[in-house]
Amino acid sequence: MKASGPGHSPEPGLVKLLGQIGAARLTLLAALLSLLISVPMATGARADDGFVEFVEVTGRLSSETRVYPETAAHPDQRSHASGFAAEATVYMEDNEGRSITITPFLRYDAGDPDRTHADLREAFLLLYGDIGDDEWELRLGVDRVFWGVVESRPLVDIVNQTDLVEDPDEKTKMGQPMVHLTWSGDWGALELFGLTGHRERTFPGRHGRLRPGPVVDRDLTSYESSAGEWHLDLAARYTGSFGPVDIGLSVFDGTSREPTLLPTLAGTELVLAPYYEQITQLGLDTQLTTGPWLLKLEAIHRAGAQNRRLDRFLQYEEEDYAAFVAGAEYTIYAVWDSDADLSLIGEWARDGRGRWATNAFENDVLLAARLGLNDEQSTEFTLSVLESLDYSSRVLNAEFKRRLSDSWSLHVQSYAYVGIDEDDAMYDVRRDSFIGVNLDYNF
Amino acid sequence: MRVALPHPMLAVSAIVLAALVWAGGPSAVLAESAEEAGLRIATDARERQKGYGNLTANLKMTLRNKRGQESTREVRLKVIEVEGDGDRTMFVFDRPRDVKGTAFLVHAHKNEPDDQWLYLPALKRVKRISSSKQSGSFMGSEFSYEDLSAVEVEKYTHRYLRDEACGDFQCTVLERVPLSEDSGYSRQLVWLDQEELRTIQVQYFDRRDEHLKTMVVDEFAQYLDRFWRAGTVEMTNHLTGKSTVLNWTDYEFGTDLDEGDFTKTALKRTR
Repeated sequence: MKASGPGHSPEPGLVKLLGQIGAARLTLLAALLSLLISVPMATGARADDGFVEFVEVTGRLSSETRVYPETAAHPDQRSHASGFAAEATVYMEDNEGRSITITPFLRYDAGDPDRTHADLREAFLLLYGDIGDDEWELRLGVDRVFWGVVESRPLVDIVNQTDLVEDPDEKTKMGQPMVHLTWSGDWGALELFGLTGHRERTFPGRHGRLRPGPVVDRDLTSYESSAGEWHLDLAARYTGSFGPVDIGLSVFDGTSREPTLLPTLAGTELVLAPYYEQITQLGLDTQLTTGPWLLKLEAIHRAGAQNRRLDRFLQYEEEDYAAFVAGAEYTIYAVWDSDADLSLIGEWARDGRGRWATNAFENDVLLAARLGLNDEQSTEFTLSVLESLDYSSRVLNAEFKRRLSDSWSLHVQSYAYVGIDEDDAMYDVRRDSFIGVNLDYNF
Repeated sequence: MRVALPHPMLAVSAIVLAALVWAGGPSAVLAESAEEAGLRIATDARERQKGYGNLTANLKMTLRNKRGQESTREVRLKVIEVEGDGDRTMFVFDRPRDVKGTAFLVHAHKNEPDDQWLYLPALKRVKRISSSKQSGSFMGSEFSYEDLSAVEVEKYTHRYLRDEACGDFQCTVLERVPLSEDSGYSRQLVWLDQEELRTIQVQYFDRRDEHLKTMVVDEFAQYLDRFWRAGTVEMTNHLTGKSTVLNWTDYEFGTDLDEGDFTKTALKRTR
């Protein structure tokens, strides 16, 4: 899709959707699926038993409405987003515990066509077995992997691309093709990853909120590696538990999941072109669990990425940096003599690039309170404030979750961006406070 | 704490250091105090539940409020005994639907706090959680986490009260007082049948010493010619009028589970 000028009518959602599932991706999926199907056959499922011993289909349909009460900061932005999301998982297992999991996801948004998208969240074959007293596990295909312990932001977590249009908290991830081998024992677990078929980060479109001023034009995506999206990324991770301490050490070498957004002229319009560098990242995540206290630390060192200091040629500087999030969570059980639990969370996020950090966590403190009623409906309230120590910026978040029945649940979420400083990386979303209501049907 | 099972029917192994103390023989029994008799009986009951190896079972919880409205929870679980340590237990939630696939792993320990991890399938996240939560409700039911834990002999002081008939059985009644400050109870009264030392009924008294809840255990079946397990357990809250019934089905002993099925890696692939 070419970068469209202001006033250009949005492409219909479905056309957009098909455009995103390009030919390359289809080839990849076809290759993966045929692999998934052929491997278990080749490894000899007994014919008289049949391959599939157990099949299960589960999923969620979700209707969503978001309202942005403030006037938009950028032209063409709408004041609402509404639509639905569907995610279903098909799980098949044979009589020896080998399994295939397939999870497609679809989002339709009436307000922002770029938010309408589909993704293959999972499509993998899972095998495991014993090696002496230890155990191995192999996951082959598209999967999602989570690393980390803190609440404020996913810092160490790097295997999967962020599905940014889903939620501004960057916690929703896209499927990633991978070979994932785990070896685990009493000493912990060692995981090795081979990753290719890099996924591009999603961005809200011209009509969407929570986006940079200039629109991100994914047709202008480029890669530092000449292999582009097919560069082979490698990662390894060790995790272990030692009494009250859980620790994770990780290394990632390959295509960055976070693009540098390069200002570029498309015709007469200034747009942002995503550029994915080759990076090396070392990560540490650890948690000490003692009584009602959880003490948490995540830290990374990343080499090869760029900061957001533009030189006069409209190029960003490359800067190696370290960043961390350190914090604590304290829970009061049976608070106020009720069944409820109250958790108090404090975290400090720091990025060594300071004001040139590419995110809103250059030097910020998160304070949060979460009240879980422990009732039949699992009612939960969360209030948090993310307070910048360098700027006047403040992000308030309020959430409410409640189960309505065995299948239905309600989730209300509100973000307020207050006093966002002109120099803050969040300046472009300063008028994007919103309230969102999700009604989910789980099956 | 041990979120394992309602102690009476699921033998979840414990620390029974006290067993050695009570190897004193019959002469010791003759002279024993009510406290000594209570500890001896509790230790014996606990010992009888050991040695099962591993098992899997399905649990259905029916929650009923005082207007009679019901909702259900369905959980599958796997337990393995670990030599020289506490049991390892994996819970997998099937219902309600919004928590389907959520799994909970407990590594119980003898002389230190248990290790607990929660797996959240939507985020693919494994979260280490605190084991201090004792008195809170388990999934909105009338069972608290401590009610569902293995009753470790050394986490209480015991006192023998009396013998009396209880339903079809002849029972021994013990009083036990939790030592943990995290416990929601001041004391519990326990009815054990004299023949098999199975828990038939427990009355729970809150911190104000009010009779808060009563648990009644029923429909026993014997497995491997040795281990008694309950089919139903009903917990009634006398203050709120709410109750929860546990229905245990599909007990399977001696499965091919090993310790590798109770790791954080296994937690992530549990379905």
